[in-house]
Amino acid sequence: MIKKIAIILITTCALTLNLQASSDGDLILKKNEPSEIKDCFEKVNRATFAFNKALDGIIFKPIASAYRTFPSPVKTGVSNSLDNLSNLVTVPNNILQGDFSKAGVNTGRFLINTTIGILGLVDVAQHFGLNEYEKEDYGQSLARHGVGPGCYVVLPVLGPSTARDVVGSSINFLGGDAWYNVTVKNDTHHFSDFDFYASKGTAGVDFRAKNFDSIENLEKNSLDFYASVKSLYLQDRQQKILNSKKTINTQNDGDWEEIDNQ
Amino acid sequence: MKIKFSIIGLIIYAISCFPSLSVEPDIFVQSTVNRASSLLSKNISKEEKIEELKKIASETVDINGIGFYTLGPIRKTLNDDQKNEYSKLFKNYFLKSFSSRLAEYTNPEIDVYAKEVLSDKYTIVKSLLKGTKDRPEVKIDWRIYTKNPENPMIRDLIIEGLSLARTQKEEFSSILNSNDGNINILFQTLKDF
Repeated sequence: MIKKIAIILITTCALTLNLQASSDGDLILKKNEPSEIKDCFEKVNRATFAFNKALDGIIFKPIASAYRTFPSPVKTGVSNSLDNLSNLVTVPNNILQGDFSKAGVNTGRFLINTTIGILGLVDVAQHFGLNEYEKEDYGQSLARHGVGPGCYVVLPVLGPSTARDVVGSSINFLGGDAWYNVTVKNDTHHFSDFDFYASKGTAGVDFRAKNFDSIENLEKNSLDFYASVKSLYLQDRQQKILNSKKTINTQNDGDWEEIDNQ
Repeated sequence: MKIKFSIIGLIIYAISCFPSLSVEPDIFVQSTVNRASSLLSKNISKEEKIEELKKIASETVDINGIGFYTLGPIRKTLNDDQKNEYSKLFKNYFLKSFSSRLAEYTNPEIDVYAKEVLSDKYTIVKSLLKGTKDRPEVKIDWRIYTKNPENPMIRDLIIEGLSLARTQKEEFSSILNSNDGNINILFQTLKDF
């Protein structure tokens, strides 16, 4: 079933994506420019967005609100543990993007934090000088190899994405995520399906809790909340794909220049 | 009398010899942040805070420039009356939105730590909003318009790499696209906010 879904998604994306390979940073930046990404299914996306918003109000928001009252060490431990688990996707993607030194650092982080750090609850690795961690995924790796984003989509429950990133996520279920492999795909007798879905659910609650006030604030002050979330998501993806620390690398100054010349 | 004239002459000469009093963008940001921070920590009502924040924003943010930036290419098609109406509506919307966002914070601590000069018109000032038990540390970059070095103005806030002006622009663009580019719908949406 999953294979079938993946094949359908890949076929859909192949029709919509520009698959020209490129390693040029400017081209990658241009391809992932938020204003250039088409919202091909806007009506469906807006309906799904409204559904997700209602779901958030019933499930995620109340849970995140309660989670925020937990003591800081508990929240930090949960967050560290989820970050540690995400290394299982980050490391293969470091390699796919040709960033072997980061792959080495993140492997070191995973080994140290899983053992000495008690299943990732404590970020011990930072005391060994391994303190910088940035998540990578298959969507980012596809983008680094020149795959364009395709259309913007809003997925039920999971939220904003692009056609390329949906394909990227499906790679996780085709053997690309070791955590999925040992929990759901293979019967290892050590883990169950519940462990995988519980970790994903907790990651959702952790994200919601961390951004609780920002999301409330954004919703309250937006003229079009859907458009604001879309813009912020696509800006964030562009920055993550570029792995840029320099803010200005992802800012287009063209319109500012026009204003100045008027 | 002669002495008096001589002193005045000396003062005029001294002033003319000094370069103009340009304000460094990072110092401008830190002082603006300190003003807002001390206001937010005051024991006054939320409404009073909002009114004071609006004053600070009016003095330090290039609201008109941001307004036309966020309007996008359609600004070229507006006549003068429409431009004036838009400027007024945008200013009201901006001040209301901006001040109500900030009024939620109590005593935010922001430290300016670096600046990057992009051109004679723009400098990016880098700062950090200190974390609390409820939220992590947040990186905030400020796009400062320095065309008039004596009166720098804020043109954008870039929070963790996400530009507020750009988000606003795409929000306006979405409203216009959903309504066949009808500027009056945007005007009405701004009025209703």
